[in-house]
Order: sequence, then C-alpha cells, then structure tokens
Amino acid sequence: MDFAIEAKDVVKQFRGAEAPALRNFSLAIPPGTLCGLVGPDGAGKTTALRILATVSNSFTGSATVAGYDVRRDPESVRSRIGYMPQTFSLYPDLTVWENLFFFAELNGVPKERRPERMKTMLEFTGLTPFYERRAGDLSGGMKKKLALACALVHDPRVLILDEPSTGVDPVSRRELWRILADVVRRGVTVLISTPYMDEAERCHRIGMLYQGSVLLIGTPQELIGRMPSRFLEVKASPRKAMRQIVIQTPGILSWRPVGDRLRVETAENHGELERIRNHLTDQFREQGMTVEILEEVKPMMEDLFVHTVGAQERRS
Amino acid sequence: MNDTVDALETEKLSRSFGHFQAVREVSFAVPRGEIFGLLGPNGAGKTTMIRMLSGILLPTGGNAHVLGYDIRREPEEIKKRIGYMSQRFALYNDLTPRENISFYADIYSVPSSERGARVESLLAMAGLAGHRNELTRGLSGGWRQRLALACAIVHRPPMLFLDEPTAGVDPVSRREFWELIYAMAGEGVSVLATTHYMDEAEYCNRIGMMYQGGLIALASPDRLRRDHPGELYLLDCPEPELAESVLRRMPGVIGVSVHGALLHVNARTAADKTLIEAELAKAGVTVRRLEQALPSLEDVFIRLVEREREGQNPAVEN
Repeated sequence: MDFAIEAKDVVKQFRGAEAPALRNFSLAIPPGTLCGLVGPDGAGKTTALRILATVSNSFTGSATVAGYDVRRDPESVRSRIGYMPQTFSLYPDLTVWENLFFFAELNGVPKERRPERMKTMLEFTGLTPFYERRAGDLSGGMKKKLALACALVHDPRVLILDEPSTGVDPVSRRELWRILADVVRRGVTVLISTPYMDEAERCHRIGMLYQGSVLLIGTPQELIGRMPSRFLEVKASPRKAMRQIVIQTPGILSWRPVGDRLRVETAENHGELERIRNHLTDQFREQGMTVEILEEVKPMMEDLFVHTVGAQERRS
Repeated sequence: MNDTVDALETEKLSRSFGHFQAVREVSFAVPRGEIFGLLGPNGAGKTTMIRMLSGILLPTGGNAHVLGYDIRREPEEIKKRIGYMSQRFALYNDLTPRENISFYADIYSVPSSERGARVESLLAMAGLAGHRNELTRGLSGGWRQRLALACAIVHRPPMLFLDEPTAGVDPVSRREFWELIYAMAGEGVSVLATTHYMDEAEYCNRIGMMYQGGLIALASPDRLRRDHPGELYLLDCPEPELAESVLRRMPGVIGVSVHGALLHVNARTAADKTLIEAELAKAGVTVRRLEQALPSLEDVFIRLVEREREGQNPAVEN
C-alpha cells in the first residue's frame, strides 16, 4: 500500500540538547486519513511535522510525503503539501485577497486558475465578505482561517497543521473543524498536532508521541479500548474534603478535576474499581458529606493521555 | 494594602482605539484570593482589559483600582506588585531557563540572598530542572509557557494576570499548572485569567463573559451551567454529520455541536427527546446512546455568543 505520509526510523538531534528530539520516529498514514499527533510538551510533535513539511532536513532515517522523499525531492513534496506552522506568516499590510494571491503565486498555481482557486478558498473558509480587509485587522480566528486558505490554495494532496486551534475561541475552533472535515471529505490527507484531546477524538487515527518516538498508534476507540484502566466519576461536597479523601485513597492510579467532579483512574483487575468505590462511600459517609455522583464512566481520550504519560513517568 | 479592599475593581472601564471601542463600560470586582476567568471570542477585548489593569495601557473612559491603586494615577505601583504573563511573554532565547528566571528576579529586585533558592524552586515547579542549561530557543511551546509563568511569579506578586497562560500546553501540564494556581489562590493570591479552554474555565471561582467589548454574563461556572436554557442530550452515533444536519432542521432543537466523538443536542424541552429519537430513526441514524447531561461550559459559551450574534449583522466576524 502506498502511504500518503511515511516516516521510518527518523532520528533528529539538536545541537546542545541532551536527548534527541526524535528517536526512531516511524509513522505511516494511508491516503484520505485525518491523523492526529498528540503527546506531552517537548515530545517532538513540531519537529516531526517540520521534517515532513521539508522545513528541516538534517536527520537520519527516511521520510516520504505524497510519494516523494522529503530530502531527495523536497520541491516535489512542497508543491503537493499545504503546511501551517504554529506561528504562520501572513502579510498584515496586505488584504485577505492579496495574501491569498501571494501564496497562490508562490505555490505555483497557474495564472489562469488563480482567480477561481482563490474564490473557492474564500467561500470555503467563509472569508468572502472580508476579502478587502487588511490581514492585520482580522481577529485571531479569522487569521487562522486565512492561513488555512493560503495553505490550501494550490489544492495540495496532503495538509500538515501544527496546532491550528491554539489560541482560538470555542466558536471559531468549531468552524475550523467543520472546514477540516470538508477538506478530508475531498480526499486530502491531513496530519494535525493538537494539545486538545476532544480534537484528537475526532481524528481517524491518533499517534501518541513520547520522548521522540511513537508510543501508540490506532483509532481513538482502539487506543482507549486497550487501556488497562477503569474510571470513576466522583462528586461530593464540600469539594475540598472530597479532594482530600480522594488523594489519600490507596490504589488510585491518577485523578484529575473535570468541572466540579473528579475523575479517578483505577486498575482494571477485577473488583478494584468496586473496592475503591466502597472505600470512598464509607469515607464520605464517615465525614457526613453529601455524595452526588460516584459511578463508573466510559474512558475518553484525555484519560488515555493522562494514563499513558503517568505510566511512562512512573517507569522512568 | 488593606485586607478588606478588593484585589481589583473596575467602574465603567472603557478603551477606544480611534473609532473602535475595544472595551465598553465594564464594571466588576475580584475579591482577594479569587480566581476570576475572562472568556470571550477572539477580539472581544480581553487582552485590552488586562493591559489596562496591569498599568500598561491608559483607559479612555471609566477607571479601575488594582490592589487599591488607581490605574490612571499609580500605574507604577501596580506594575511592581503584579505578575503578568501573556501569550507572547518576552523570554530571552539566547539565555537558559535558569538565566531567564534570574534575569526577572533582578528586574523585580528579589534580594540576592533569596535568589538562588527561589530560582531553583521555580525551575522545579515548571518541570524544567532537566533543561536548566539548554538554550530557551530550543524549548517546545508548552515548556516556554511554563518558563514564562515561573518568570512572572518570581517576585511573589499578590495579584496575577494570565492572558491565555496555557495555550498549546499538554493536558497533564495544564492540570499541573492550574493546581499550582489553585494553591497560590489558597494562599491569598488573586488571579485574573483569560482562556479559550473551557476545562480551565472550570477552575475559576467566577467567570465574566465578554463580547464585542462588553460584559454579557458574570457568574460562577455552576450558575452559568444551570442558567443554560432547555435540556441537553449527549448523542453517540456512527453518523454524526448526518445526525447534525437532521437535528438542525428540527424546530425543537436550539443547538447542535460536536464534542469529540459525541454530539451535544440542546432541546427546548424534555418532551423533544422522543421527537429527536423519531427523526433520527427516520433518517436512518443508529442511536447508540442518547442521554441527558449537564451542559459543559463550552455549550454555555457557544450559546451566549450565538445569542449575541442573532439579530446582528449576518457577516459578523469570528
């Protein structure tokens, strides 16, 4: 099978850094897939995306994107991909239309096709009413949409996005994802990094990076299903006392606040969750506390993230 | 400063840039030790607000006091006593994390006898002890944010302004970051933070929602959720896009939004649930699960913003 993106044993070492940024990083993404890259800060997500986008070429191992080798044939890769780095450059003094024109020209869109492609992109991102506005006067969410339009104007087969939704409000974030779903529907392969696990849950496949290599890869359901943990949701008042009791309960693998509740991770082995639930019930009752919620819940992507990072850190 | 004085108090605070009103007549108060969250779409005026409250930008109308000092007349007193961390906090790329923190300790005149220990404890807090001697240039986005926070609190300020402090930070670090803020608030530090991440907003004691420069809601996260109109249902189905388009056409449905792999369906009344089930079945959507839930702050946010946009210029930016 030909993969849209394939990396094999990529190692990247920055000068002066103690550990390599990528170590034996391997990834294969089938065409037409929406693939998410997640991992703790400093795991190597940006470095990996930069290599695949041909921005960085000093590494060992190999990588191909849209069928071309990123080191031997970066020009062929570049004309077939759209890349949106974390800090992208739009020209603040140029209008929306002029920015799009600039990127269309830069990415070799033939002159006669330019107006049509640019109009399509404006429609696609909902920027048509603002085509005359200076990019510098756009709001944060609209700038992201323009950057996305610029990355897509040459009709790339592969789209690489480095945390496109960071700093974007929930309403704009939702629109960004609606646009992305459309891009995928048109057969484009998308590789996206994100710190937001609700976004990761919307990807076809997830690669979880840890210290420079891919630790887990699969569909969100597969990865969550394979996790050897169960989860309890707890809500009792007063809140402070609830936290105190949960933190001191032996056998709890991790806990985190979600809204006004706590999400508690327990081992999968038989009866462990029940044991902890009984323990908490007793403790809460002894303290005369009101228990509103104390029940098992289905694990989510964020649980997987916390679990995996926690397990790795306990190991080292 | 007197303990009974609010950490922060604004009165019809306003700021215009030419004809553009970035902040219009905003009044609220933050008691000491409170974590106050300022939410709103990009461009709603949150950053302008924080810049005024930190004594960097003068208001064009109204006034505010921070830690008892007047932002118009005593901005220098305020600057000395607050910690300010923005999305684009100035870190020196050619210095190491340790040197960056020392540099800020210097600016804020932290006594040299305390400096060594404080820099060490902040490096540990930020999880950067293992990277103390690397150049800041090479740090990932998330690590830079943590270093910025360490620099912003090196002088132990009683009031903290955080402008999207954890944008781009991973979930585990985000939680650690907020646990730290929580602990600081427990010791009496007051915090005003902006965020786009609704899980973080949940850490706030109270939330102010801004839209086009004005304050459109002000309440605790619990209260905001309880005030959310109608009934909310979680829908788990294999065809979320088809389901969304079916639901959007139903009169009994106020809103539909995607949350991870689930749809949140906001119905007018509980009686609409049966209608929703029937419509989905008719369209051939397999419903794995349709259950009632409390709205998340994201549901609340989207609802409030959409309510403001209704009846306005249809080409409103977002």
